Amino acid sequence: MKTLTYAQAINEAIAEEMRRDEKVLVLGEDVGKLGGVFKVTKGLLEEFGPERVRDTPLSENAIIGAAAGAAIMGYRPVAEIMYMDFLHECGDQLINHLPKMHFMTGGKLTAPTVIRTQYSLGRNTGAQHSQFFPSLYMNTPGIMVAVPSTPADAKGLFKTAIRGRNPVLFVECAALYASKGQVPEEETLIPFGEADVKRPGTDVTVVAVSRIVGEAMAAAEILSSEGISVEVLDPRTLVPFDTDTVLESVKKTARLVTAEDSCITCGVGAEIVARVAERAMDYLENVVRIACPDIPAPFSPPLQEAYMPTRDKLVESIRNIV
Amino acid sequence: MLEEKVVELFKAGFIPGLAHPYMGQEAVAAGVSAALEKGDYVVSNHRGHGHSVARGVPEEAILSELMGKDAGMCLGLGGSMHSTDLEAGVVFSTAIVGGGIPLAAGVGLALKLDHKPNCVVCFFGDGATNTGAFHEGVNLAAVWKLPVVFVCENNQYAVSVPVSKSTLASLVERGQAYGIPGQSVDGMSVLDVHAAASVAVSRAKRGEGPTFLECKTYRYTGHGAYDTGLDYRTQQEIDEWKARDPIRQFEQRLGAEKLVTSEEIENTRAATRARVDNAVKFAQDRPYPSYELLTRFVWA
Repeated sequence: MKTLTYAQAINEAIAEEMRRDEKVLVLGEDVGKLGGVFKVTKGLLEEFGPERVRDTPLSENAIIGAAAGAAIMGYRPVAEIMYMDFLHECGDQLINHLPKMHFMTGGKLTAPTVIRTQYSLGRNTGAQHSQFFPSLYMNTPGIMVAVPSTPADAKGLFKTAIRGRNPVLFVECAALYASKGQVPEEETLIPFGEADVKRPGTDVTVVAVSRIVGEAMAAAEILSSEGISVEVLDPRTLVPFDTDTVLESVKKTARLVTAEDSCITCGVGAEIVARVAERAMDYLENVVRIACPDIPAPFSPPLQEAYMPTRDKLVESIRNIV
Repeated sequence: MLEEKVVELFKAGFIPGLAHPYMGQEAVAAGVSAALEKGDYVVSNHRGHGHSVARGVPEEAILSELMGKDAGMCLGLGGSMHSTDLEAGVVFSTAIVGGGIPLAAGVGLALKLDHKPNCVVCFFGDGATNTGAFHEGVNLAAVWKLPVVFVCENNQYAVSVPVSKSTLASLVERGQAYGIPGQSVDGMSVLDVHAAASVAVSRAKRGEGPTFLECKTYRYTGHGAYDTGLDYRTQQEIDEWKARDPIRQFEQRLGAEKLVTSEEIENTRAATRARVDNAVKFAQDRPYPSYELLTRFVWA
């Protein structure tokens, strides 16, 4: 094992895949000389040259359209969209085109594209640079969604994404870029659709997404000293979603908490709760969704703190239902 | 002829959903396609049957797709606005106006990186030039010098709104604004279209980047097969354009230059009509796709 930051792990994954497969391309705003505004593509231009690492104009729709066009011709583009909020700028290509290419051509085309983006909630970036809305893409058949929470998961999931045959939305979290973790030295691919039990427990199941996995782990540690045993599940990919692991856990704990940085209505938690209710209603005693309120993200730091899910809010909610 | 049949079949209820006829615009697809070789691609749009015909996609596959039958070019999963036949070089057609333009840039990027001696043509209408996708896609292709030919079929109306009400500049200036050559041609003349397309295709293949071609043309029907177009256009205007019908014009030219006889033209018409009739019968006799197809291609 070696210690890498979340950003370094993704950078390594891209570089290794570019060495392995010359069809892998990187394109996006500032991905070249600057190495991305978050430095995730740092060093790639120097190693792979300007043909394969392409700075684009500030044109999100063209970035995804060009990636999709190259993908159907046999390339494996990695397209960076600087902030998740900007996915709305390329919604036409990302929702109307890319996920439907294989389906509406009767399987004649495949569009294996990885769209990397990140969300920045917690960094005081305001209402247009903080949004996290992966459930929109859970409602868009044909695109997979990965939400890694650790450096090892980020690296392993990225490798699976770029080697697959489908479009993947790879949502990183800016608040995690500097976080460190152990990453295997040997090549490791993490399959999609397999939740990871980040901490086993018996009293309550917390299904946490992206940044909140770390918060949930901290909350579990605090609660363990009070004699409450928390199981923390990280779905790692939202499409495909590992419902079985959640059901198995809930059947044991009877209490389900979902936690994410989305706004609460129609968020990831809403879907998880619905699935569990359909298939394990009799086992359930309590359900709580922890998410942002249905309010745009505020800028001012104390308001942002009040707005976001935190470990303290998790601790309090869990205490209330155990 | 295929398109006249499409309108007939649509009205008779054999073609569900939407269908956007190409009558009046034939010189554009034909003139451009004649400038292409095997290995060149086209990215098409909602009014795409004509592009498929011009690229040589079998009529059986086109009509089966329009009717939602299993022998369609997309197995009946796409419909009239979606055409893919890689063998014929029809890579994709989109139903979102302007959406094909960034995609074509991506196809061009792949051709360039593969060092292929080929190009991609992107067909779109005048309406598309007002979308953001047009500006983003043309600019990207221009700045990366991609082997793309942007063919704007200016048929004068975006559904019902005339170009004069949506654009102050001339369309051809829009391509020029991104630093690429732009040319406006008579889209009712297959020879003029072919000449301009040949120059643009050669330029793309030489690695000099994209060209923007505006082909001034007209659609005889309304926007869709369901629409006469008479709510916003006069019969007189339609008749004036029909007087310059691209097929008849070309036939007259060929006749005048004694390259074909009127008998040969008649024979060609009859043969085409028979081929289309057979294709209609073929498509009508095919079954609908099996329910198993509903799930087979969601994921690759």
